[in-house]
Amino acid sequence: MFGILCQTVPASAKDVKIGFVLSMTGGGAVYGATQKNGAQLAIDEINVAAGKDGLKIVPIFEDDASTPQQGINVFNKFIKGDKVSLIIGPTLSNTAQVTDRIAQQEGVPVLAVSNTAKGITDIGDYIFRDSLTEAVVIPNTINMVKEKLHISKVALLYGNDDAFTKGGYEAFKSALTKAGIEILSEQTFAKGDRDFSPQLTQIKSKNPDAIVVSALAEEASGIVSQARQLGISKSVPIIGGNGFNSPALIKNAGEAAEGVIVGAAWNSASANPLNRKFVEAFTAKYNSPPDQFAAQAYAGVYIAYHAIKNASPPDNRKAIRDALAQIKNLDTILGKFSFTANRDADHTPVVQQVKGGKFVVFGE
Amino acid sequence: MSLFVQQLINGLFIGSVYGLFALGYTLVFGVLDILNMAHAAVFTLAGLGALWLVQSLGMTIWLAFPLAVLGAGLLGLLINACAFMPLRNRPDTYFSGLISSIALSIIFESVALGLFGARTVRFPQGTVPVNIWQFGGITITSLQVGIVLTAAILMVLLTQFLKRSRVGKAIRAVAENDRAARLLGINVNGIIALTFFISSALGGAAGILFGLYFDSLSPDMGRSIELKGLAVIVLGGMGSIPGAILGGLAFGLSEVLTVAITGTSNMRDAVAFTLLFTILLLRPSGILGRGRVREI
Repeated sequence: MFGILCQTVPASAKDVKIGFVLSMTGGGAVYGATQKNGAQLAIDEINVAAGKDGLKIVPIFEDDASTPQQGINVFNKFIKGDKVSLIIGPTLSNTAQVTDRIAQQEGVPVLAVSNTAKGITDIGDYIFRDSLTEAVVIPNTINMVKEKLHISKVALLYGNDDAFTKGGYEAFKSALTKAGIEILSEQTFAKGDRDFSPQLTQIKSKNPDAIVVSALAEEASGIVSQARQLGISKSVPIIGGNGFNSPALIKNAGEAAEGVIVGAAWNSASANPLNRKFVEAFTAKYNSPPDQFAAQAYAGVYIAYHAIKNASPPDNRKAIRDALAQIKNLDTILGKFSFTANRDADHTPVVQQVKGGKFVVFGE
Repeated sequence: MSLFVQQLINGLFIGSVYGLFALGYTLVFGVLDILNMAHAAVFTLAGLGALWLVQSLGMTIWLAFPLAVLGAGLLGLLINACAFMPLRNRPDTYFSGLISSIALSIIFESVALGLFGARTVRFPQGTVPVNIWQFGGITITSLQVGIVLTAAILMVLLTQFLKRSRVGKAIRAVAENDRAARLLGINVNGIIALTFFISSALGGAAGILFGLYFDSLSPDMGRSIELKGLAVIVLGGMGSIPGAILGGLAFGLSEVLTVAITGTSNMRDAVAFTLLFTILLLRPSGILGRGRVREI
């Protein structure tokens, strides 16, 4: 008798806490700011649509300062202090390599919306991502560039002290080898470098058909503008990894960014009605068009919400994990979205090129 | 061959910025026998200040550059007045001045962080018109030539100023022996303040050139050059002006050639500092040092 009396009545609506770990300062700040905008837009739409009694998202945003150390602090705060049901982030793969292990250990699902380095989801069965890995995007980019521009020899330049840029390099190297493209020279730099002229001078002397670069946006703009200043002709295109996927590159490198080729997970020009609506709403709210990072963060919130709705109870960490793993062919702004058996993103990639100060679909 | 020449030229550009930066360090050291650890913070603030003048007030770089250099000089006066002057007559003035200038550099860096944010910022496109010139496989931009010329002109001006002008001679007199200088009627405190002004103005000029060349400025940019500046003056000989220039060029060349030969920037600092270590073993007073043993 007592047992029945004491049972609490389940609330008609429950708010689900999501912790966002984004880089608002440091090297990843260019991505973090736009990710936050994308996520906030999705949350506002969801909470308005949910109405008074529906299932709402309560977001908590924290800055990981682009460092694994600060990332650990934020993860611990979210898991033990705020007791969030799900974590979205962190912005950089380098941070995720460390922080996601904590979440896995504590049984908190993590949905990465920008990590593309190899091995992130191998950390455990609580780690998901909606960002296509370099291993999917890069071979697609290389094959398309080879087909359209007939390149046969390239030089490689990459950052060798960062999980993401190194992962990008490995993906490029294997894609180039498979495509039968000769690698004339491999040069590296370190995080925080500003002078790339020695490496670029070596590369120039080898006369490559294209320069393949794996770098974050900060270094990417320096590399692109210094390459053109060193007299590397515009007919030698620069092919970048995911780090190049930011309007910041075009803004910073200006004229020098023209012709840069980047593989992308999100096609901004896609006619998908969901995508059209997103681009319009984002542009209206923030006065600038979204980039891929905003799109993936926006899609990530919808994917998470889909899982939360199907989880029972909706704020249970384990239930959310199981619901995430079930997602197949979900309609998102990225296209038909599924998780692979290894919890990686599965949808169709595109190749883009900078033309007239904008990313357009390559080869059209 | 043209590859090697191009790499030498790359080293020359970065080396001349290092030299200009180290010139300010060495000038204060030569006159006062103290290290001004806030020098790198002035480098940062002047670069960011010039950017602010260009971006927010719409000035051309030709006007922003001298204004920011002047501002850097005024910061030098502030450093002297806050970090060094109050401690000058105390015992242990060398050590306490070193510490108080570190404190001031932290304050300056925080000011930069507060005013300009943590992000890397850039001069707007076309701040300096960039023409690219090619000579038989070697590429030079007008910006690079401008940087080397500015650095060279400032270095020559400083040397001539110290050698020929009345005030320059007074600075050298204070450097030699401040007590004797005072007896001869030289306003020693005024000369010291002037030295800080010139030193910081040169450091500021280096900061602006650095920002223009690499097209990237951030509140922590001073840290990357702080240790290098110290190494450069030790390498060239503490207090020696031609030594600072020579040391800067040697450092720039060793960096660029290391990256060029190994194909990676990981060994860059290791080689540069090993070079420094070796030279100190062979010539403890630096390449152009006066051979006199100092007591700090």
